[in-house]
Parts: sequence; C-alpha cells; structure tokens
Amino acid sequence: MCLGIPGEVIEIHADQPDLAKVNVSGVKRLINIGLLSDDPPKPGEWVLIHVGFALSKIDEAEAAAAMAFLEGIGQAYEDEIAALRESLIE
Amino acid sequence: MRFVDEFRDADKAHALAAKIAALCSPGREYKFMEVCGGHTHTIYKHGLEDYLPEAITLVHGPGCPVCVIPMGRIDDAMHLASRPDVIMTSFGDMMRVPGSNGSFFDAKAAGTDIRMVYSPLDSLKIARQNPDRHVVFMAIGFETTAPSTAMTMLRAHAEGLSNFSVFCNHVTIIPAIKAILDSPDLRLDGFIGPGHVSTVIGCRPYEFIARDYGKPVVVAGFEPLDILQSIYMLMLQLSQGRSEVENQYSRVVPWNGNLVALKAIAETMELRPYFEWRGLGFISHSALRVREKYAEMDAERLFSVPGVRVADPKACQCGEVLKGVLKPWECKVFGTACTPETPIGTCMVSPEGACAAYYNYGRMNRDRVPEAARAGRP
Repeated sequence: MCLGIPGEVIEIHADQPDLAKVNVSGVKRLINIGLLSDDPPKPGEWVLIHVGFALSKIDEAEAAAAMAFLEGIGQAYEDEIAALRESLIE
Repeated sequence: MRFVDEFRDADKAHALAAKIAALCSPGREYKFMEVCGGHTHTIYKHGLEDYLPEAITLVHGPGCPVCVIPMGRIDDAMHLASRPDVIMTSFGDMMRVPGSNGSFFDAKAAGTDIRMVYSPLDSLKIARQNPDRHVVFMAIGFETTAPSTAMTMLRAHAEGLSNFSVFCNHVTIIPAIKAILDSPDLRLDGFIGPGHVSTVIGCRPYEFIARDYGKPVVVAGFEPLDILQSIYMLMLQLSQGRSEVENQYSRVVPWNGNLVALKAIAETMELRPYFEWRGLGFISHSALRVREKYAEMDAERLFSVPGVRVADPKACQCGEVLKGVLKPWECKVFGTACTPETPIGTCMVSPEGACAAYYNYGRMNRDRVPEAARAGRP
C-alpha cells in the first residue's frame, strides 16, 4: 500500500550498503536506503518507509519541536479548564 | 508506536480545535482543500471535522493516484496481464479497481497471473525466479512512489535483468492542483499540502499557489494532530493577512526535497505531453513515461495496448468528488449501487478514495448525530 510509516534502522547490510534492516513496530525487514545515499542513516536513526524504500530521515529535533508546540497547547488548554473549574460565576 | 502515538493525543486535539475556533471571524466561512488521499483518510477515520467549528469546511482533493486512473488505462493493464508470457505485479490498492471487464482481482480469480507486491523491488525477485516469463510492474502513484519505481528500474538495468518492464502510470501533483485552482467550480481559502509527495519534491513547488493565487499552503503530516495543527496554521495566516507556504511536517519533509530521488526519476522517466485524469480530463505535462534510454523496460513499447479512451459509467460521479465539488454522500449511487464490495468508481475502491474513507468511517457519525440530537442527548 502507499502509506509512509516510521521505522528504526537496526543495521546496514554488510554486503549491500543500499539495504538496511529496520524495525517497524516489532516487524523486522530489509528495506532499500538508496534514496538517502547523500546522507545515509545509521543504526538507531529513524526513517520514513514507503513501498520498501526509505524516503526521508525523521528529524528528531524537528519532531521534538513539534511535540513541544503541542505540549504547550495542551498545557494551555489544561490550565484553562482548571481555571474554569475554579470560577465563581453565577 | 514512536512518532505516531504522540500525534494522536485527544486533549491536544481539543486544545488545537479551540485555538482554531478562536481565529474564526464572525459570519465568515472557510474552505480548505486537503489534496492527499491519505489526509482524507485520517480526517474521516478520526472524525476531525467534528472538532472543527461549522464555519470551516474541508474539501477533498484529487490526491489519490489510484482514483485518477481512467478506465481505459485499466483495460490496457488487463490486456498486458492477460498475455500468457506475462506475470503482472501490482500494489494491493489496484486489485479491485474496475475496468470495462472487471478488475485485476476478477481476472486473477479467472486464472490470469497477477501478483500483489508490497514493493516494486519484489517484482525483480519474481523476474529472477521466472526467467521464461516477463514481469510487468503496474507502476502507479504520485512523486512519492515514482522514485521507488525509478530505483527499481536502475537496479534491473545494473543487474542486466531482461525480463522486467514497467507499465508507467505515475502522475504529478502540481498540474492537478493547478487544475483545481483554475476550476470555476471551487472557491478555496487555502490548502492542506501533500505530506509524502513533499518529501520528494520539497515545498518550493507550492510557492506559486501562495504567490500567484494568494492562497496559503501548509504541508501536513498524517496524524490527527498534524492535520489540526496545519488547519490552525492556515487560519493564523488568513487572520494575519499572509499567504505563504509553511511546513508543519518538518520532522519528515525537507524544504528542498530529496535530490537523489528527483535525479532517479529524471534519469529513467520524462513527462508525457498530456495524460487523461479521471474527473479532471486531459492535463498537459501531468504524468510520467519511461525514457527512450530505458525502452527495454517500457511495457508500452515492448507490447501494444489498445489505448482506447473509455468513458466512466453514466452513474459514476467520481469526477466531481475528486474535484471536491461533491461530497461522497451527495453522489447518487453512493452506498446503494456503489459500495466497497460492488464499486462502480475508483473513489470507492481505493483505500485513499474519499468515498471509501467516508463509507468506512464517516457514515455512522452523520446518521448518529442527528438521531442523538432528536433524542435530546448531547
């Protein structure tokens, strides 16, 4: 199917550096990392996988920044609800 | 699952929805198009429209590469598959698409050698294992998938594999978006930009939308929070009078795209002068074909195909659904003659099609919500 899913690189194939073993939610398979030849992934890095190819590396810093924004939003919402709970409007 | 679960948190969804609602100008309506079939799928699956204020409508675009393949091309593929010397390989989503005489699935049941593959590379293994047969890979998809087909062809070439070819139906996203922008039927305020196509082409190709048409574009990820955050970013742009391209999916999408992928496509493929899209008609320079240099891997050159232009069945309104003019439930045959089990058109057959998404996830909400309201429950 045409989905793109995140997977963790476990190891690069010894004989074929274009191939890497990845772990996707417990399923371990070989995929082709040839599209990332400009900046090949290393074990422990995460990639976006689509029809057996890694299309892009998942940038952990950007992911953390995205989560930080969402955390901030979430906290603001929780603060708001807490404040509302304390209100004395009648 | 890492990089997935964190972007599904319900509390954060509510928080984003509140921020979106706060940006709505009273009395004004907003229409955003999500181009990608994958985004349509997420929207219906997680009921995201229910989180949004009534003033905001989401319009589903033509970003489903299976949905836009016209029936004539399906017939051409079936013609290739029915040759006794050919093994056809295809992604799963193509298997149920109806041609004039049934689908790949029907043909397979009747004995035609059509095999489902996860990756185009799987076709090479089948070719190596069957040297006396010829493997044709049904290549579909936007720029997301074209690099994988390209790399597979380069690998076959390097190996000297002589019994493999590609029936190329790759399409490109920008001409489709431009056709939507130039369509008199639609008035959109902004775009939720394609996610995975952008990992390949980057964000620059969308700049003409913001610059020449004045519509903001936010390239979005596929989790619920990604889409809600993208809508928030679109609303923020509108409220601040900006129209720019922004990248919400920055953890995956590089601004400049993937140069290795683009080079692989350019090496093996070139733009067709024109191509027919279901629902959108003929669009120039909107699809890819195999280059002369790799002619020995071009199924259209190796074999002849009927190449007949087949009109959609009369009842089918896929074209209007793909342009965002009709919602799935507004199609006359939705849910009656056209269901996932008995599909008439591609919007119902493809997992990324708007009708399939709505049929599988959205129907219950629409039926239940008015019922619940009538019963006096919240």
